[in-house]
Amino acid sequence: MEQKTKVHAEDGKQELTIARDFDLPVELLYKAYEDPEIIEQVMTNPYATAKMIKFEGRKHGSYQMESTDPQGNVVFSANGTFHEFGPRKITRTFEMTNASFGVQLEVYEFEPITDQTSRLKTHIIYESVALRDEVLKLPFAQGLSMAHDRIQGIMGK
Amino acid sequence: MSAGAIASNFDTARPTVSKHLQILTECELLTQEQNGREIYYHINANKMKEVADFIEPFRKIWDDRFNKLETIMKDYKSKKQK
Repeated sequence: MEQKTKVHAEDGKQELTIARDFDLPVELLYKAYEDPEIIEQVMTNPYATAKMIKFEGRKHGSYQMESTDPQGNVVFSANGTFHEFGPRKITRTFEMTNASFGVQLEVYEFEPITDQTSRLKTHIIYESVALRDEVLKLPFAQGLSMAHDRIQGIMGK
Repeated sequence: MSAGAIASNFDTARPTVSKHLQILTECELLTQEQNGREIYYHINANKMKEVADFIEPFRKIWDDRFNKLETIMKDYKSKKQK
């Protein structure tokens, strides 16, 4: 089966692209990036609730968001500035607070395919090749750690 | 290979190896084939390749997020139409 989301990360480059086709008109796809309440919904998961603390959706505007676990601890926090805001393109910076991944430049391009389908192309540029690779490996390391916990849990029974 | 044959390659206790085989099978990295009283384990090469690709978990996170976005916006659209 063809994968809906495609990640392209060339060796030795400090950037990557993510492409995805949606079964949504381009206006709705864009809306999901323009409306802070919808962004909160998308970023919320069973382990953490996302909150947009600040969101100025305009050129030179900035944003700040954080996610808290059910106990109220902040588990993720990020911020950045918009350089271009819609309706077919959003350019922004993104920085995770208290992390060593630096500031990344993100370009989101919203393209109509048909009246009812659209494509999102995300281009992310990191400060260095090493930082890009660290970000790429992060979920892999988390996955491994979860697998280890699971094995330990089962073996500990 | 049978569980016994696999276990003979490790210094670990047999039940430990069995548990590992069970988890690897659950994760679809191994497939089982019943052969009389024994179960033979085979490597699922395609799945192994998927795991070996370290970008896959990163892609999966984005894929899940985009799937969620699509669902939320479809709901949003149908609510708006009501």
